[in-house]
Amino acid sequence: MNLMANTLGYPILSTLIFLPVFGALLIALLPRSAEPLIKSVALITSLLAFAFSIPLFTNFDKTTAALQFVERANWIPAFNIQYFLGLDGISILFVLLSTLVTILCVLISWNSIKNKVKEFYIALLIIEGAMIGVFCAMDFFLFYIFWEAMLIPMYLLIGVWGGPNRIYAAIKFFLYTLVGSVLMLVGIIALYLYADRTFSIPALMNIRYPLSMQFWLFWAFFAAFAVKVPMFPVHTWLPDAHTEAPTAGSVILAAVLIKMGAYGFLRFSIPLFPDAAKAMTIPMLALSVIAIIYGAVVCLAQTDLKRLIAYSSVSHMGFVTLGIFAMNIQGMEGGILQMLNHGIVTGALFLCIGMIYDRTHTRQISDYGGVATVLPVYAGLFMVFTLASIGLPATNGFIGEFLVLLGGFTAQRWAGVLAATGIIIGAGYMLWLYQRVFFLQVNAKVQGLKDINLRELVAVVPMAVLVFWIGVYPNAFLSFLHPSVQNLLNRVHPGAIEMSTLAEFLKKILA
Amino acid sequence: MAPDDLRALLPFMILAASPVAVILAIAFYRGHALSFIISIAGLLISFGSLFYSFRYAPRAVTPLLIIDRYSLFFTGLILLATLAVSLISFGYLENRSYRRGEYYALLLSAALGASTLVASSHFASFFLGLEILSLSLYAMVAYTRGSRFSLEAAFKYLVLASVSSAFLLFGMALIYSYAGTMELAGLALVSRAGPSVFATAGLAMMLVGIGFKLALAPFHMWTPDVYEGAPAPVSAFVATVSKGAVFALLVRYFSAFSLHDYPYLFWVLAGISILSMLIGNLLALLQNNVKRILAYSSISQLGYLLVAFLASGPQSFAAVSYYLASYFVAMLGSFGIVAVLAGPRGELVNLEDYQGLVWNRPWLAGIFTGMLLSLAGLPLTAGFIAKFYIVSAGVQAGQWALVLVLAASSVIGLFYYVRVIAAMYSKRLEAVPYGEVPVGGGIAVAVLTVALLWLGIWPSTLIGIIQRMIYGN
Repeated sequence: MNLMANTLGYPILSTLIFLPVFGALLIALLPRSAEPLIKSVALITSLLAFAFSIPLFTNFDKTTAALQFVERANWIPAFNIQYFLGLDGISILFVLLSTLVTILCVLISWNSIKNKVKEFYIALLIIEGAMIGVFCAMDFFLFYIFWEAMLIPMYLLIGVWGGPNRIYAAIKFFLYTLVGSVLMLVGIIALYLYADRTFSIPALMNIRYPLSMQFWLFWAFFAAFAVKVPMFPVHTWLPDAHTEAPTAGSVILAAVLIKMGAYGFLRFSIPLFPDAAKAMTIPMLALSVIAIIYGAVVCLAQTDLKRLIAYSSVSHMGFVTLGIFAMNIQGMEGGILQMLNHGIVTGALFLCIGMIYDRTHTRQISDYGGVATVLPVYAGLFMVFTLASIGLPATNGFIGEFLVLLGGFTAQRWAGVLAATGIIIGAGYMLWLYQRVFFLQVNAKVQGLKDINLRELVAVVPMAVLVFWIGVYPNAFLSFLHPSVQNLLNRVHPGAIEMSTLAEFLKKILA
Repeated sequence: MAPDDLRALLPFMILAASPVAVILAIAFYRGHALSFIISIAGLLISFGSLFYSFRYAPRAVTPLLIIDRYSLFFTGLILLATLAVSLISFGYLENRSYRRGEYYALLLSAALGASTLVASSHFASFFLGLEILSLSLYAMVAYTRGSRFSLEAAFKYLVLASVSSAFLLFGMALIYSYAGTMELAGLALVSRAGPSVFATAGLAMMLVGIGFKLALAPFHMWTPDVYEGAPAPVSAFVATVSKGAVFALLVRYFSAFSLHDYPYLFWVLAGISILSMLIGNLLALLQNNVKRILAYSSISQLGYLLVAFLASGPQSFAAVSYYLASYFVAMLGSFGIVAVLAGPRGELVNLEDYQGLVWNRPWLAGIFTGMLLSLAGLPLTAGFIAKFYIVSAGVQAGQWALVLVLAASSVIGLFYYVRVIAAMYSKRLEAVPYGEVPVGGGIAVAVLTVALLWLGIWPSTLIGIIQRMIYGN
């Protein structure tokens, strides 16, 4: 991985990370009673952060896999730890998604968060800073710090402003994530010592590690990332966390936080341990396919709106990991695009559910019915996201799932075939959900509700625009990915593409 | 004794003079504030004189004491910790009607004992230092003598600490009979001469004695009761200064052993370390009393420290020093919060008392969160860098089993830290009689918080000091 100087002339990534933190500090100094002021500061901060992230989009050089907007300074010289930030094609879109989503979260929480308003926005802005930091960090130590720094405010967001069972959900989220992270920390230190004391991610990627080391570290990192994604056996925290979290928390979880797991696979697991990753292809694809089908089937049985969308996340993230571990260009690009799509669509669905929840204070599907008659505009928007979630052509979901299936089919035929059945079940539960909530008899509980207002419209319309933008002209986003993904694949398959099986790999280790 | 010897000893002499000054002052005028000011002044002057005696280091002052960078560093740490404890104690004692002045004399002599320990190079000074420390602590633990728990704790501590001292003495005697020297450097002779029954038995007994003082499993039984019964500032002192001083001594002299020549010693210590990490963290899960939780937490923290100790080599010295510093900050801060919250009616130690603390005392709750997260080893706090240091020392030494137990048990540990945090951030149940935040304690916890974040975000300063201490120049 090469480096490229920052072309903007000012430290844009640091600005993006610390602007929200600064906003949080400012809010901390405001009196608790000045709620409108607190909300305005939060909104302005998130808008400013978004404005600052636009130059990333426009000034990014799409022809190279090199790191861009690099900032580098010594931080803890005794350990050779650096403050090292940079972006490449894999990470840039997630920074943009983070800044966009935060604005929407501020807007959607405007009236629904009624107590401890000040602390809520402080937590939200700190999460934003840490999210951006995770995607920008190019020093492993720094990465780990941002990775963990997210945990506490997110824990508080669920644990303080969440639903009735929030403490359980928050602690479950916290512990699941931390078990993985601690193993990853041990792995990071092992890499650091092997690479003669450097945490620089580009430097670590230039080393080819011994096979047995790759094997152990792959699993150490897998523990951290699989929990975050979440992959099949360790997904159980997600439905609880999603269901209990306040709307903004669910949106951040869906849109950005769980993407970090998949990002970790792309950024670390595969390039650092390419041989181990190749050997683990079959188990990884199998876990992805199980997640796709299992998640979708479980959705059919849900009675709670948020829980349903949460399980659909498990299914959709299965597509992401399927694409990533297909280890070919279609699969990987599809996987990354699918991460973005899932962030947009599921984030938007949670936003929508939050809006209706603010009006009815129930999430039970059986309490709804005939919503389309009462809230026609809302029903239309929800339809857009439902269709995008199913993957209808002209929406973003189609492009992502198509590429993933193509990649999966090329890698292992059975994986592609089985994953495709997940799409069918997906159409089933989403349309059935839409039918039960929006059509049928008008339920007494939704009678006379007001339709979506301007603030809410502003929060979801950008997502709808993105749905069609990516759906109709995906190249605007895919073009960011090509060089970086190609670069990654060159590392995985240095010569011709050859897949080694797990058995051969183990034989090599044991020999 | 050359004049330079006296100059090198200056911090110790000032520290020895200050409890005398406190007692004399009480003889003329009994005032809490006066005793407090004298002890603060004594600690500060003694701390300042460290820089003066630094110029004469390293220097063996009589065969008993060695004044070098290592002992000066830990003396400095002990003095600062004692300073924090006295600040916290002032407000705590103001709320209580006991005779308050003598407390500072005890505190200062305990600090003197601890500093003697870290500077000792001889069995005699080792034992003397330990006894000065322990004797002062017996009285300090029992200081709120109206409370049954306090008396129980003091009695338990007295009996068990005496037993452990006896073990220690007997071990020293056996080693003396074998090596023919009372100098701690003689331990190295023992290791070079190869195994013998006397040396083995002596070492084992010394380890039992030290294990008691450090509250390592399986010698940990007294810790929760003593921490629970003692006044919070005293618990803070026991958890930090008294353990830290003994550990610093352990590291200095037992690292002279090449542990690879004594594999059984290595395995015994590794077993103790694993047991401490697991027992400390698992039993803490069952507690409902914040002071007991902190007690079990300190047992596991000492287990982590042993991992670094067993890694041996300069890296392990640095890891131990950094870890002790950050452990001091977080433990003092945590007990400091318990002390600061204590109203006139007594300490609030049950988890329910902390329910919804953040909505009543947001700053204190925030600080307590930071301290607990540091004990748990989360980033941006001192504890993370410290844990990183330890894990990297362990990985470098290839001790995968210890490192993995450390990782697993710190996750278990997180569970109970989070329980306390969850209590603080949950809904407030009823009005809890929090006391007014005393000024001294408030300043102490605020400074400790700054130290916590500083060590977590900008650790280079302390790492620099530690590296100069280890490698010279």
